Amino acid sequence: MKKFLCVLLTAVMLLSLANAAAFAEKETVRVAMVTDTGGINDQSFNALAWAGLEKAQAELGVEVAYLESVTEADYGPNLETLYDEGYDLIICIGFMMADAVTEAANAHPEQLYAIIDNASTAANVTGVNFATEQCSYLVGVAAAKMTKTNNVGFVIGMVSPVMNTFGYGYYAGIKDTNPEIVIQPYNANSFGDVAGGKVAANSMFTNGADIVYHAAGGTGIGVIEAAKEQGKLAIGVDQDQSYLAPEAVLTSAMKRVDNGVFTLCKGVVEGTLHGGDVLYTMADGAVGIAPTVTLMSQEALDAVKAAEEAILNGTIVVPATQEAFDAAYGADLYTLDD
Amino acid sequence: MAKKLLKGNFIYTLFAIIVGFAVGAIAMGVAGYNPLEAYGSLFGVVFDTTKTMSYSFIEYATPYILTGLSVAFSFKTGIFNIGAEGQYVMGSVAAMLVGAFVPAPAVVLIPLCILASVAVGVLWGGLVGYLKVRFGSHEVLCMIMFNWIAYYLSNFLVLADGINVGGGKTWSHSIQDAAKITITDWFPKNAVSSRTHFGIVIAILCVIAIYYIINRTTLGYRLKAVGYNRSAAEYAGINANRCVIVSLAISGALASLAGGLQVMGVTYKVTQFAAQESYGFNGITVALIGATNPIGTLIAGWFFGAMKYAGTRMKLLDGTRVPKEIVDIIMGCIVFFIAISNLFRAFVMNRGKKGGKA
Repeated sequence: MKKFLCVLLTAVMLLSLANAAAFAEKETVRVAMVTDTGGINDQSFNALAWAGLEKAQAELGVEVAYLESVTEADYGPNLETLYDEGYDLIICIGFMMADAVTEAANAHPEQLYAIIDNASTAANVTGVNFATEQCSYLVGVAAAKMTKTNNVGFVIGMVSPVMNTFGYGYYAGIKDTNPEIVIQPYNANSFGDVAGGKVAANSMFTNGADIVYHAAGGTGIGVIEAAKEQGKLAIGVDQDQSYLAPEAVLTSAMKRVDNGVFTLCKGVVEGTLHGGDVLYTMADGAVGIAPTVTLMSQEALDAVKAAEEAILNGTIVVPATQEAFDAAYGADLYTLDD
Repeated sequence: MAKKLLKGNFIYTLFAIIVGFAVGAIAMGVAGYNPLEAYGSLFGVVFDTTKTMSYSFIEYATPYILTGLSVAFSFKTGIFNIGAEGQYVMGSVAAMLVGAFVPAPAVVLIPLCILASVAVGVLWGGLVGYLKVRFGSHEVLCMIMFNWIAYYLSNFLVLADGINVGGGKTWSHSIQDAAKITITDWFPKNAVSSRTHFGIVIAILCVIAIYYIINRTTLGYRLKAVGYNRSAAEYAGINANRCVIVSLAISGALASLAGGLQVMGVTYKVTQFAAQESYGFNGITVALIGATNPIGTLIAGWFFGAMKYAGTRMKLLDGTRVPKEIVDIIMGCIVFFIAISNLFRAFVMNRGKKGGKA
């Protein structure tokens, strides 16, 4: 037994020495990400973010890696591990990690961190947000062109200044296209209430709507289900949600996390990333409308295309705040922010 | 001496662990990784610094030691506590509720949180025992359903007004500083992991207490008697029904305590689950590796915690990038070979003399 232990300990010692030697060389930029508990294969944010890193590896020559979190107890150790490994930038995927990244950033002020979908919480944390009012504007235009009843719905998962940007863009896109259209708003107060989303969408359909846009995460799954069952249309969010119900999802307002992550890497390579809040827009390719167009009419596609160009060349500035929206469209139109 | 060794569990567990690593090495070889390098880093990572050791043996291991102990204890009464998962969740919710909302100084609040998580575990486990003896419902099915009840109850509570932290976040309020049992500040900067907590001491005390109960008390004797042969135990005048309830209550308390300590020492809050976190299910693995012996469970818990911690870091090895799932393969093989160890034992014992049996 004793002998066995001796052999084991010697092996451990030798191997850790070999390890230390392996870490000696280092010059390329190294970026790593930590997934939230969804894991790397979540077919959503984490997977998209990793795709962005792989693109950075291929095009920028950045060395990339990821660590998966199985439970929230893994956030801290994962961030610490990456810190110990000396990565130039550590990206946290999703606001779930807000507390963990704040703690890590305060403990290691010289390390660069970034977090997706959350404001910067320390000087060395880059808070990455997306101009979601722009993609919402495009789906608003699409909804206005496609509605037959001149009546559409909007389901929001939570009312906050950030979430309201979805509503401002959507409302602006609709009203700019056809001021006659009636919009039914609903605040589900949850991102995980599938049943609630379904009930809300069903009542909107009963009240005459034929298209409902959701910015409500899991609650929105219920919206899409309702549209599918009622033979109406839903508009997805964050990614191309057409795969959930190809016959019922008209289009989706996409948040290109992969492009956002890629832009972050570029910032590190060029030495321009120094913390603070950044907003990625349509011009960065970070927001846009889904590529799936099977349910869209040619007229709607043309209108969306025109709106996209107008946003890009600055002819249309989509309101992103309550003041800007109320100034352009009146305070009584969008009621969720009251 | 040699015969005693061959009859006992230790040698077979060791054998299973070696085989598990061998199978893991083959899997890595097939997938194109260098197993020697990977295992070198696995052990290297664990024993690298005092910090990585505290990650492995304190931060990661503590919940597994307790859920493992919970499952091991229930095995003694012949019951398979697959409900440790749900009990763990209930314990974490109870500790969070008390820790976040009861205003009290640390000396009162910390014991109160521990008490709350233990109490809810006694109820959650004992209730299944009651259903079993009163209505004859099968405890395994019952506990699997109780796991989901706990899961959704926890998700409901962390999103409920007043408990949810607000602002669109999907987690509860954090516990007050007075309820935290993290002791990182007691050590020099960067010497230990950021969530080193004295829950490990409580876990070790539990191991000693359970060892004592099983081996040195009439209660332990009764529980074991029911576990070996329920009918014989009843014939001998032992109230088997009562034993089942007591066993599940204690087992539930241990798993819940794991959840409570995790909240008090590591997470500080309860977050909406995306999937079951498997602290309870992994407790089954730990109990099996530990040969359902309390001391064995302690060592197995340390082993498991170290593997979990080191497994995530294997990904970062320069040049290898071994997926962390390799650790799951190793663990699965170990459990498999422990499960069939009776076969080996019978084989080995029968070679010398006829009639050798576990």
